[in-house]
Amino acid sequence: MNDGPAGMPESWLSEHGTALYRYALAQTRDEHRAEEVVQETLLAALESRSRFAGNASVRTWLISILKHKLIDLFRREARETPLDDPDDPEGTDALFDERFNASGHWREQLAEWGNPEELLERNQFLEILQRCLDALPKRLARLFWLREVMEENTETVCQELSITPTNLWTMLYRTRLRLRECVDQNWAGQV
Amino acid sequence: MLNCKDASRLMSEREERVLSLRERFGLALHLAICFGCRRFDRQLSLLRRAFRKLGLDYKAKLEGIDLSPDARERLRNALAEAERHQGDSR
Repeated sequence: MNDGPAGMPESWLSEHGTALYRYALAQTRDEHRAEEVVQETLLAALESRSRFAGNASVRTWLISILKHKLIDLFRREARETPLDDPDDPEGTDALFDERFNASGHWREQLAEWGNPEELLERNQFLEILQRCLDALPKRLARLFWLREVMEENTETVCQELSITPTNLWTMLYRTRLRLRECVDQNWAGQV
Repeated sequence: MLNCKDASRLMSEREERVLSLRERFGLALHLAICFGCRRFDRQLSLLRRAFRKLGLDYKAKLEGIDLSPDARERLRNALAEAERHQGDSR
């Protein structure tokens, strides 16, 4: 049996399964989703293995398929997000109105959080950040996670989420404002 | 003249793109006179550092994570079955 440059399908899982799974997990933060995407990747690889010429490594080939499967997954998720989801701009607009007066200035002074160097070492502070991130609407959490937490570049994030850079900047701004607000409410009282 | 809302948006976008000369000048001028925005600026940069730290922690944790034996088994079966189908259709 001639397996060609792609090798035996069994070896994709045994040699690259861990790498694929970790990559998928880093992007989705969800074990089930990650496994699902790895499975789709393996099956897609099976379909297209005769076209793999061996110019890149098998790992690189599999990861590039995985990236496409992630894009599909995020598109599916975006479609499934119900329209009354709070990540519609209205939720954030209310926040804008609460924070800024009609002329666009802060309504009241922002609270002091404390010494940044100390806060970065406080587990309690980091736990609040995690909770605030998890409380975000899914789409914003995904985008913020990829761009700001995983530090993916703009191009990659836009590609994965099928959005334009201008969209991304706007949503990141809204997300940062929401996160700041959430941290403020959960932390400021504790200083 | 920028208001705080414009300034806060520029402080966020500054991380994503190179601001124009006009925007940079406007923002610097605003920050010089606005205590609230200077505080916002510090909070934003603290959040950035803290979330990146969470990211590094998560990446470190990933190094110890693998597919569970069950998951591996499920994937192996799915792959084997698809391969059989592929063989049938040829």
